[in-house]
Amino acid sequence: MAEFFAQYMPAGVAYTLTALISAALLLGVVGVGALFFIWAERKVAGRIQDRLGPTRTGGKFGWLQSLADGIKLLTKEDIAPADADKTLFRLAPYVSLAPSYAALLALPFADGWVGWEINTAMFFLLAVLGLEVFGVILAGYASGSKWSLFGGMRQAAQVVSYEVPLGMCGVIPVFLCGTMSLTTIGNMQAGWFTNWLIFHDPFTFLVFWVYFTCAVASVNRAPFDLAEAESELVAGFHTEYSGLRWSFFFMAEYNSMLVVSGLAAVAFFGGWNGPVPIFASWKAAGGGWEIVANLAGCINFIMKAVLGVMLMIWVRWTLPRLRIDQVITTCLKYCVPLAAFCFVGALSWQLFDLPSPNDWVPAERAGRAAVREPWARGTTGSTQSSAGTSARLAQGSEVHR
Amino acid sequence: MLLGTFDLHTFLFVLFALTACLFAAGVLFSSNIVRMAFHLVLSLGSSAGLFFLAGAEFVGAMQLMIYVGGTLVLLVFGVMLTAQHRFLEMRTNAGEWVLSLVVGGALLMVLLQAAFSVSQWNTPNTERSQLAVDESKAATPIGAALAGVRVDKLQQKDAHLRAGMSGYLMPFVIVSMHLLVVLVGAAYLARPRMAVRNPKGGG
Repeated sequence: MAEFFAQYMPAGVAYTLTALISAALLLGVVGVGALFFIWAERKVAGRIQDRLGPTRTGGKFGWLQSLADGIKLLTKEDIAPADADKTLFRLAPYVSLAPSYAALLALPFADGWVGWEINTAMFFLLAVLGLEVFGVILAGYASGSKWSLFGGMRQAAQVVSYEVPLGMCGVIPVFLCGTMSLTTIGNMQAGWFTNWLIFHDPFTFLVFWVYFTCAVASVNRAPFDLAEAESELVAGFHTEYSGLRWSFFFMAEYNSMLVVSGLAAVAFFGGWNGPVPIFASWKAAGGGWEIVANLAGCINFIMKAVLGVMLMIWVRWTLPRLRIDQVITTCLKYCVPLAAFCFVGALSWQLFDLPSPNDWVPAERAGRAAVREPWARGTTGSTQSSAGTSARLAQGSEVHR
Repeated sequence: MLLGTFDLHTFLFVLFALTACLFAAGVLFSSNIVRMAFHLVLSLGSSAGLFFLAGAEFVGAMQLMIYVGGTLVLLVFGVMLTAQHRFLEMRTNAGEWVLSLVVGGALLMVLLQAAFSVSQWNTPNTERSQLAVDESKAATPIGAALAGVRVDKLQQKDAHLRAGMSGYLMPFVIVSMHLLVVLVGAAYLARPRMAVRNPKGGG
């Protein structure tokens, strides 16, 4: 896009414009996503509890309810308690929202449709998602209320623990694909759904559920929502907040849900590559067809991510909240060992080149199967291949100098 | 024309550098521990931004994960557990100021001397196309070395030195196992020593 703009204006302005457009698009994802998910959550919660949920605002289904709530929140008075550390209290919602927004930067929506293409996107996402807790801790501390402080401290303990299994789950797709670039991981799962990493072997299938549990815990959703446990802590870390600042916490929460679901979609469910490869030939055609294929891939990806969020909403209204000791037990005694076991298992599966469902699909042999390195199979040309790799790398470092 | 000379990269570099320095000073001059930690987060986050700007995304993400994420969450956590009235406001006396100025100033001198002695950093690299190549190769040699392939081995002329150039995997594993042992030891030391009321079960 920057190259396109650079034809008409100075390069500096073109790059700034591109950055602003990307930022605005992602901000749109945050805003619209929060509005939609809050509405969906209320409808789903209503149905699960055998009631209707919002029905009137905006005609049918109450689909304008979140917008109406947003306007109501805008007009509310912005108050800070007398005991609060005023500066930190005012800053905390932004500190909470900023990381979850920044995480969207590196999340690819389709092949090449990403705010910022980096080759360590997986690591960046996991690093940035862990920072969201900082806003919660600040909010809990700065409110000057013991309920808030309890909420913040619980959240700190929980997120610090759950980062460990979450990282271990995230590392498995990285090892199977040999790259941390989410775009490449997504592209390597092209073709039929059998090429998705979740169906690669039994261990990746198991580890997805560990990842999902840890993701629910790391975005602070029920049954792991101890930081805001209504029945014990009033509302936890956001007890003292009102109006727009309060809603920022919710935008951050819903956006983080979207990000972890999107990460799961890319890492385990093929990202923009559908269950059936309809658009593969369109993509190869290039030009306008490629854009159409990417658009379809983007819709595909968003549907998968939304499905993940819906699953989280379903879980929230189905399961009761855990106690803090149960939360930590779930993490350290179940998730970490399971993730470690699956890590070893998935790597062994890859190492011994055991069969994967994709081997029985006759049509497409592209994707991961095509890029398996020959040395992993133990066939001839092993020395050749590694020599070639080091020569290429040496060339790279030559250029680097 | 001002618009023509506007460079987003330079602007962001100045922005991140200024915020990093400003909040580093903020850490020094604030007396509230939690505010200090908050300033430290912003300062470290800005330096992560500088790494990203330099194309070293892996180092930048590492900075975010280890320094900003891990250490500071733990720091704030510890602060909240220990923040009694006596420690809530940290007052530094003159002697501590002088001592820390001497130590910090000496370190700054060493770093400045080192930075100015690198000849490549004194002459600006104006070749734009070259810069793009540099950025894309940032983490690859280190990552390859971690996996056992030292790409700089091919450039090393001295055979004796070349023999010693192995991958980084073994030291890395040793360090991580050491850290794991330390963690397990810390957890063992910190375990609650509760009296067993009913040795025959229940308890």
